[in-house]
Amino acid sequence: MNFDLTEEQTMIQDSLERFVNEHYTLDQRNAVISLRDGFSPAHWQRFAELGWLSIPFAEDNGGFGGGPVDNMVIMREIGKGLVAEPFLPTVLLFGGLLEAGGRQELQQTYLPQIIAGELQGAFAYLEKQSRYEMTDVVTQARQDGDNWVIDGEKIVVLNGGAAQKLVVLARTSGDQSDEKGLTLFLVDADASGVQRKAYRMTDGRDVANITFSNVVAEAVVGEVDQGAEVMNPVVDSARLAVCAEALGAMESLNAQTLEYLKTRKQFDVTIGSFQALQHRAVDMFSATENVRSLLYRAVCTAAAGHEDATRSLLALKVMVGRAGRLVGGESIQMHGGMGMTDELSVGFYVKRLMIINLLFGDADYHQQQFIEVANAEQSELTLADTEAA
Amino acid sequence: MDLQYTAEEHAFREEVQQFFAEQWDDEMKSMLENRRGTDGMKPGMIEWQKRLYNKGWMAPGWPVEHGGVDWSPTQHHIFNSERARVGAPERIPFGVTMVAPVIYSYGTEEQKSKFLPRILASEDWWCQGYSEPGSGSDLASLQCKAELDGEDYVINGSKIWTTYAQYADWIFCLVRTDNSGRKQEGITFMLIDMNSPGVTVRPIATIDGFHHLNEVFFEDVRVPVANRIGEEGKGWTYAKSLLVHERLSIAEVADSQGMLAKIRDLARREINGGKPLLEDARFAQRLSDVEIELMALEFTELRVLADAAKGVQPGPESSLLKLQGTEIQQTLQELLMDVSGYYSQTLQGDLSDEEFGNDYADLARKLYFRGRASTIYGGSNEVQKNITAKYVLGLAS
Repeated sequence: MNFDLTEEQTMIQDSLERFVNEHYTLDQRNAVISLRDGFSPAHWQRFAELGWLSIPFAEDNGGFGGGPVDNMVIMREIGKGLVAEPFLPTVLLFGGLLEAGGRQELQQTYLPQIIAGELQGAFAYLEKQSRYEMTDVVTQARQDGDNWVIDGEKIVVLNGGAAQKLVVLARTSGDQSDEKGLTLFLVDADASGVQRKAYRMTDGRDVANITFSNVVAEAVVGEVDQGAEVMNPVVDSARLAVCAEALGAMESLNAQTLEYLKTRKQFDVTIGSFQALQHRAVDMFSATENVRSLLYRAVCTAAAGHEDATRSLLALKVMVGRAGRLVGGESIQMHGGMGMTDELSVGFYVKRLMIINLLFGDADYHQQQFIEVANAEQSELTLADTEAA
Repeated sequence: MDLQYTAEEHAFREEVQQFFAEQWDDEMKSMLENRRGTDGMKPGMIEWQKRLYNKGWMAPGWPVEHGGVDWSPTQHHIFNSERARVGAPERIPFGVTMVAPVIYSYGTEEQKSKFLPRILASEDWWCQGYSEPGSGSDLASLQCKAELDGEDYVINGSKIWTTYAQYADWIFCLVRTDNSGRKQEGITFMLIDMNSPGVTVRPIATIDGFHHLNEVFFEDVRVPVANRIGEEGKGWTYAKSLLVHERLSIAEVADSQGMLAKIRDLARREINGGKPLLEDARFAQRLSDVEIELMALEFTELRVLADAAKGVQPGPESSLLKLQGTEIQQTLQELLMDVSGYYSQTLQGDLSDEEFGNDYADLARKLYFRGRASTIYGGSNEVQKNITAKYVLGLAS
């Protein structure tokens, strides 16, 4: 048992940290966000040159062969630096789905393009009625000769404006919320019948609502009606990844808030000498350490294929939602009036944490799933077994 | 990063499981079950600790030369998890995990050879004399006085909240030998025979109904200089190193896991409005809240253990274990009590479980009330937060 990073993982971490220090001051970030797609194509090229875009992909596909720990390392630094480039939508979601379900020729065509930084992708799964239930899908795909034709609308598609290719989740059979009967399709974002309305989220990132009218799909990803089998593990690793990003954001908020407590003076003393604020700072620290512990737990169990992996991931996503809100709220409070302004990065981190809470289902949603998993386990303990000495 | 046990660790776990299967037998269970923390527990605890001693596992954390075992942090974790899984008790800490490290770290050769073997074999029962009526969280203000008179110190004053003083053969005390400088200076660490003339023990009735707390009075009690640990006036330093041990041992993750599993089982059994309490949305939410926190704490503890395995001493961040561990314990105690409904506030007395109508509420209530102490002792949780703010977060006091 150990929680150490390998030498390679430490190198990846260090290089990302250097990148953030050089390119992600608040002013630099504001400039990136104001670009057309909410991120910098030049930075994306740099990501490719440094090999970061290859890390999650298998060596056979030209990747680094990374696993959950490697993804954690990258996403934590992205979270610390509030990096806006679309690693999650293009690499982990779009690339992850192609690698998990795509036929060999699809993988050979597109994965090298992703790794080279030449292809932007997105995963279109949410719909207006679906809220957090990813299987609630009314977008239809029907067979027409050799083609599959898609009709429907997807919302809040991450990186939806910049994406050149989409993986679209559509219903091919079954009722509205059935897990069976879902199919994943690869669709060209500029195909006839695709209409995109791009807009921003509170953290400045680009998303789009996309309508599909008689759109001919380029390919099926995975098996028809079995899309959930491809999607679920990819989304689970994306959940893990955004939780790592959240840890990075929370670490940064902790550091900024402590720095403020140690320098801001009122009543002739640093405000960090006040016990009321000290205890709040400890609560922030404690919440952040809880997230770190559950992240290590979820990453280690996922990497080992351990039976506790699902329960651990659900617990982590709940904790990230709740602790993220606590850390965000306390950071604003302890920065006083300055915490309300756009002059500090505090508010931007808070907004990112709020979005991470929502991604793939919020804390309440995951807690309900957790309850079902945890309470289904039959315990063998008898009455006499429990005593606190 | 990985969680894999090595082949040796797997083999060790089997050895531990076999030990508990053989030694945590019906005789032990009947001696200790439902009696822990009550007046009948002393013979059972001594018998259980002797069984650990016979296996060589009474003091795995001690240096090998004094009778410890060279367990890795992972082995400690495995042992403790298996112990909690079968519901066996933790050792009474005052001798083996609290005073012994001070004795082998700072004591003389005579003190080591006199006290350590008897602690190992559970021949002496120890209690802790720190708090005083006027010195709780502000422990360094203590005033129980020791004055040198020839070859002896003469002790006058009192100690309070002394757990199991009624059973104790020895008490380790912080006493004041000098009042002139900083209050942390002038404190001396003393080992006192409870059978010395002038020592009296007054039981303190507590809200849980158990007798565990006492006040201990010292009236002209003569203690040989040979029973002083280290230098006069350095007791605070020795005691502080001991507090770290204490904080580590009160996270009680494995025990809380057992408690949680039991609450879930009982909530499956208790029916309200025709359906199991476990299916009540509010109850399920509360249970899952604490379960998620416990899953986090389990890994915080593993992280501290992994640091220890690399030779990094548990530092002030271990105070998070105490803070969170005790809050989780209290939440679980509250849930267990709530599961039992009305029965939790009715006194079973001599009624059989069948006459009373319930077989766990009496214990649930006692655990709830007794558990209130866990956020007070070992440095109250507010003091823990002060310590964490100062030493971990670097905030000035």
